[in-house]
Amino acid sequence: MRPDGRSQFPLLAGISLRYVGTYAALMLLGSLFLIPFLWMLSVSLQDAQSMFAQPFRWIPDRPRWENYAAALSAVPFGRYLFNTTVITASVLGLTLFSCTLVAYGFSRLRFPGRDILFAVCIATMMLPGQVTMIPLYVAYARLGWVDTYLPLIVPSLFGSPFYIFLLRQFFLTIPREYDEAALLDGAGRLRIYWSIVLPLARPALATVTLFCFIGTWNDFFGPLIYLNSPEKATLTLGLNMLKSQVIGSGSVQWHILMAASVLVMLPNILVFFIAQKQFIRGIQIGGLRG
Amino acid sequence: MTMSGTGHIRRTFEGYLFISPWLAGFILLTAGPMIASLYLSGTSWSMLSSPVWVGAQNYTRLLGDDHRFGVSLLNTLYYVALAVPLGLVVSLLLALLLNRRVPGRGLFRTLFFLPSITNLVAVSLLWMWILNPEYGLLNGALRMAGIDGPLWFQSEQWAKPALVVMSLWGTGGTMIVFLAALQGIPGELYEAADLDGAGAFSKFVHITLPMISPAFLFNLIVGIIGGSQVFTQAFVMTGSAEPGSEGGPNNATLFVILYLYKKAFQEFSMGYAASIAWVLFFLILVATILQMKLARRWVYYEAGEQ
Repeated sequence: MRPDGRSQFPLLAGISLRYVGTYAALMLLGSLFLIPFLWMLSVSLQDAQSMFAQPFRWIPDRPRWENYAAALSAVPFGRYLFNTTVITASVLGLTLFSCTLVAYGFSRLRFPGRDILFAVCIATMMLPGQVTMIPLYVAYARLGWVDTYLPLIVPSLFGSPFYIFLLRQFFLTIPREYDEAALLDGAGRLRIYWSIVLPLARPALATVTLFCFIGTWNDFFGPLIYLNSPEKATLTLGLNMLKSQVIGSGSVQWHILMAASVLVMLPNILVFFIAQKQFIRGIQIGGLRG
Repeated sequence: MTMSGTGHIRRTFEGYLFISPWLAGFILLTAGPMIASLYLSGTSWSMLSSPVWVGAQNYTRLLGDDHRFGVSLLNTLYYVALAVPLGLVVSLLLALLLNRRVPGRGLFRTLFFLPSITNLVAVSLLWMWILNPEYGLLNGALRMAGIDGPLWFQSEQWAKPALVVMSLWGTGGTMIVFLAALQGIPGELYEAADLDGAGAFSKFVHITLPMISPAFLFNLIVGIIGGSQVFTQAFVMTGSAEPGSEGGPNNATLFVILYLYKKAFQEFSMGYAASIAWVLFFLILVATILQMKLARRWVYYEAGEQ
């Protein structure tokens, strides 16, 4: 069969016909998934009148890029970007450090109680965060941590069950003979972890980095309950504040809100396009063996 | 003997040293707070004075007299009952299409997956405007087809379906799990069925569905757990600028977690909020265990696996 899907043999014509059906369905569903993005982009470039035009004109006469400037000046976006970056980078660093250590312990060392503790670790993935949320909030309030980034960052020092699970699954696929050879050479466990297992686990580290980046960058609930000062807000929280501000003022500046939404979505989309494969592999590991 | 004895202690020590971050976190951030939360759920407490022990009163109030909690529970049930099955069907359909090895399918996979990893607040704002009754994209399209679209978030009846519609757009993660399962089915099974003269439908029912049933169970459980914790969309999309107005109109989008949030962080009824968390946790636990038990009847595991 030729790559264009058309068959050179009449007997195979049925296959290319099935291609046509598949493509038609993919095009239809694909446009349903694509159109909201295009609509958002289009509204973000309209002016205050044309965004209400009926019927809607998808391509504005003159794209209003100044809407983006208006969105950037309506709230301190640069400040939010900085705050979000600080939080995300700290969480990422601590998560990679703690989760790889724990996953190494669970996957390559034998010690009494290991399997029970790993089962407990997996079970806590099922626990809704709300059960522990209130005592944790109270504890952080007592420590004077409310309205700081500490409640958002410090917990990652202790690892996260999902990432520990992903990393452990990957570490199990690295041959143990490497460890044994290194042990015979007199290397300690920490050295094996650092110079043998971690370099070989790069794909798994990339997957965890991506999940953790997306999760932290987009987190709404944590910043919502822990951050009060407007200047400490994250991008996600700032976008919601802008929404309240716009809707509260009774104005209908949806073109500005859409421009701000595009700006907030962009980093996600960029990261996703750069590293799609890691995402998909991570979900597959989590989904198939979970 | 002594050698291996000290070696054993050493290995044990090393093992616990490596897992110590998680172990400390489990005690400090999970087990401890769970006990504290259970205690708090038996108290009345506004964080200003000391907690007052009230026994089971929070629970009897929740399950007996609190009309709004009942509404939030029914809303959550409604949302889960609609969003989870529809999400499973749509994502399975998408995965089946992507599993046909047609050129260019990578592009479609990216497109279907993308909404699920984008910022939920930004996505919520986008859908608020898409579902605007007058100027929104959806009602505009319906108008062209001669249909008067519903009022979506301004209507008690349509606010929850509006959230379900939006959730279908974000079903990409579920789809990827199905796709992985589909790609794991050995081609020989289909070849053998072809030799037996099985039709496409028969192959789907007798090969595809049993082979992806573990992925189906996983997606079902994760979907129910996630759906019963729906919060951000409702918080961002419903209600006016005034804090406390979220969950409208007339409590139509008041979900359990949103109610919990209001009780804890707007009314500072910490004890009562803790009891809401435990009731929800209990319900999720029962639902999950029930799924696992029922799963023995319909999930197919290959011999040798699990």
